Amino acid sequence: MPAIQSPATEEIHPDVALVARAKEGDTAAFEQLVRQYERQIFRVAQHITQNREDAEDITQDAFLKAYEKLEQFQGNSKFSTWLVRIAVNESLMRLRKRKTSKTVSMDADVQTEDGAIPRDFAEWRPNPEQNYNQAELAEILRKTIQGLPPGFRTVFTLRDIENLSTEETAEALGLSVPAVKSRLLRARLQLRERLSRYFQKKEGRPA
Amino acid sequence: MTCTDFLSQLTDYFDGQISPELLEEVRAHTAGCSHCEVVLNTTRQTIEVYRDNEIYELSGELRERLHTAIMVKCNKKAKKA
Repeated sequence: MPAIQSPATEEIHPDVALVARAKEGDTAAFEQLVRQYERQIFRVAQHITQNREDAEDITQDAFLKAYEKLEQFQGNSKFSTWLVRIAVNESLMRLRKRKTSKTVSMDADVQTEDGAIPRDFAEWRPNPEQNYNQAELAEILRKTIQGLPPGFRTVFTLRDIENLSTEETAEALGLSVPAVKSRLLRARLQLRERLSRYFQKKEGRPA
Repeated sequence: MTCTDFLSQLTDYFDGQISPELLEEVRAHTAGCSHCEVVLNTTRQTIEVYRDNEIYELSGELRERLHTAIMVKCNKKAKKA
């Protein structure tokens, strides 16, 4: 079916038509949605769980759940935000199962003031990406984000890696906008603090 | 603007949701406070380094395997319905 150009004044997201077709039983339309979002859903799941096998399972489960619940999707939010919300819930559930002794929730991390106050004030090398090869840099970034509490990691992933707006992030996580902003600040500051150990300029020593 | 005030504006600053008046205050503060200037620069770099380096990209092979598995499950569900 050729794409229909939306009038400039009323921008309709192309997913709306695909979702409508999928709701009528068109699996090819649903498959197109899977194609569009499978990489994003996998990334989100792996960022939250930090486990590749879990991320694979969650990606499958999230799309199957979306397919089963498609009738419940009212289109008040973007389809992608709705899908991310399903994937986040599946990921947090998986974390809870894995860490039975620890509480894993979007609220568990806010009790502490840790990471809210910067401690490291040394500038970084001009461009950290030029001081490490791709594999080394990826390893540093993985290690660093792994150390964040899940609630902070999740907000940072949706907002800064997946580029959801603050409002979409709030919607996907069932949080208020101020709560997202507060967690995002702490996540960014904690990551900055941890990355500083690798990237800061060493005075008097070769970089 | 104090350092604490500066931190409380940092999220809105990066998200481009800061009023022109507060933006001026942030700029004036960082011009006179080297610690906050470092925090601003290195936090910006933190966000950029994660945006520019995808650490969990799905390989082509795994993507195809996952895609097939998802569609097999959905098609099964469609037949049952």
